[in-house]
Amino acid sequence: MARRGNTSPVEVGINYVVLFGFAVVSLWPIVSILAQAFGPSDASVAPGGLHLENFVMAWSQGQFSTYMLNSVLVSVTVVMVSVALSVPAGYAFGTMTFRGSTWLFYLFLFGIMVPTEAILVPLFFDLRQLHLVNTVVAVAGPQVAQSIAFGTYWMRTYFRSADRAITEAAIIDGAAPRQVLWRVQAPIARPAILTLVVLIFMWTWNEFLIPLVMSPTGTLRTAPLGLAFFQGQHVTNYALMGAAAVTVAAPVVVVYLFAQRYFIAGMTEGAVK
Amino acid sequence: MATSSRAEPRPSRLARQRRASREGRSAATPYLYIAPAFLLYAAFLLFPLVRAAQFSLYAWDTVSPAKFVGFGNYVKMFNDPDLLGSFGHSAILILFYAVLPICLGLVVAAILNRAQVRGLGFFRTVIFLPQVIAMVVVAVAWTRLYSTDGSINALLRILGLGDLARAWLGDYTFALPAVGLIGTWVETGLVTILLLAGMGRTSRDLYEAARLDGAGPVAEFFAITLPAVRGEIVVAATLTVVAALKNFDVIYMTTRGGPGTSTAVPSYQVYNQAFGLGQVGMATTIGVTLALLIFGINLVLNRLGDQAVED
Repeated sequence: MARRGNTSPVEVGINYVVLFGFAVVSLWPIVSILAQAFGPSDASVAPGGLHLENFVMAWSQGQFSTYMLNSVLVSVTVVMVSVALSVPAGYAFGTMTFRGSTWLFYLFLFGIMVPTEAILVPLFFDLRQLHLVNTVVAVAGPQVAQSIAFGTYWMRTYFRSADRAITEAAIIDGAAPRQVLWRVQAPIARPAILTLVVLIFMWTWNEFLIPLVMSPTGTLRTAPLGLAFFQGQHVTNYALMGAAAVTVAAPVVVVYLFAQRYFIAGMTEGAVK
Repeated sequence: MATSSRAEPRPSRLARQRRASREGRSAATPYLYIAPAFLLYAAFLLFPLVRAAQFSLYAWDTVSPAKFVGFGNYVKMFNDPDLLGSFGHSAILILFYAVLPICLGLVVAAILNRAQVRGLGFFRTVIFLPQVIAMVVVAVAWTRLYSTDGSINALLRILGLGDLARAWLGDYTFALPAVGLIGTWVETGLVTILLLAGMGRTSRDLYEAARLDGAGPVAEFFAITLPAVRGEIVVAATLTVVAALKNFDVIYMTTRGGPGTSTAVPSYQVYNQAFGLGQVGMATTIGVTLALLIFGINLVLNRLGDQAVED
């Protein structure tokens, strides 16, 4: 299936070697942590077979049941709030003309560049004053704000290129603006919204610094933090560490394997546009 | 009807109102759509950023009252070899997170672009995988690979280079490059996919013409492929340079800035100054400097990107 006729078989061969080598290097750390997770935990355990008891141990002893539940709570909150708010904001920027729209949009765009490291320390001390540290508000809040910055930009890009004829038809049929957005435009925008959902889910699930700072007592310790905490206790028990690490990574990896094109589209196009 | 108002470059207030009422909305509608998003965004991002700038002008240890010091923290930071050194470490990490992946990605993408091979879909899935795995998990995996009895040392022993084997992350000289290579591993896939997409958009006719002129693969790469993906290179550079500067999780999980301060980076210093040493003013000073650095890099790279598109 050579696209250009004059590519020699030698070159095609080189291509396969490059592909293979690259794939091996990419997979090596992943395969080794999987081997660690499913391997025997110490010499007293019979070698061979899949040692699923490592996962049971990590889940119960390492309190990963609690950590995973915290992660679900935080991720669902961040995804739902930021998508529900980004879609109308992006719709307004993408389809309506109004005073101040340009600089207001740039203000949102600016947020994509601001590193967490710059805002987290003052935010922690201000929220502590308000007795909000160790709550969902403190852990989810900054992540909602960051996701809104990206989400508004992402949805604006989509709605700018979306078909307006259908909106005008709906208005002639007597639909109110809110109905036009949620009943007419949003269903058509599903691929763009789904991309936004999977990206925000991934960022929130994998986030480390924000829950570390915002939940100092560990009441809202999310899965990645649980792993860091676990490492402090079981640093030499590689099987347990592996099982815990695989557990933490699994939800996003599974979603990625099923919704791969949304991930790649979002992370590459989101930056190019 | 719609086209006439869209053709106006800056619609007058009257035109705006007319258009708004035609779409069944009042002039306030766009603001109402934006307001909820803006309120949360302002409360949790813009406001803390302003507070950060304010905090950075004070010396505060969280116990005694804050003392105004003007730009004292900034002066102190630039005169502290450890803090200044952490920015230097970031510069080295940029080589590993950005420069090396872009060079590797260019070579691999150019090779793959010349002839289509089967299995490219599977390949894309695999090389992009490091991007979606939590950095904490990536760090756990690599800590094991780098350990004294890990597979990197095992590989060296097999190759007869056993003398080089060491605890990589505990070594004053090699800990920083070792952390950097984790970044190379994470970013190369993303960069390759970005570049492949860019090369895929390049006109086939250009290559045909070059081949008729007798250009070999190398000449073809420098004459056609490289100029065609300048825009993608800028995007890849922006993403990866920023990733190199915001690598708190990897440092926290692998070395905590050690041994000594050999892998301390600004991102880690912010956390350590605030919550380890109780130097909140200095922590925010480093945070603000990091933000300014990221704005500057974005600005410069954006300019380059615009030039690449114009040419």
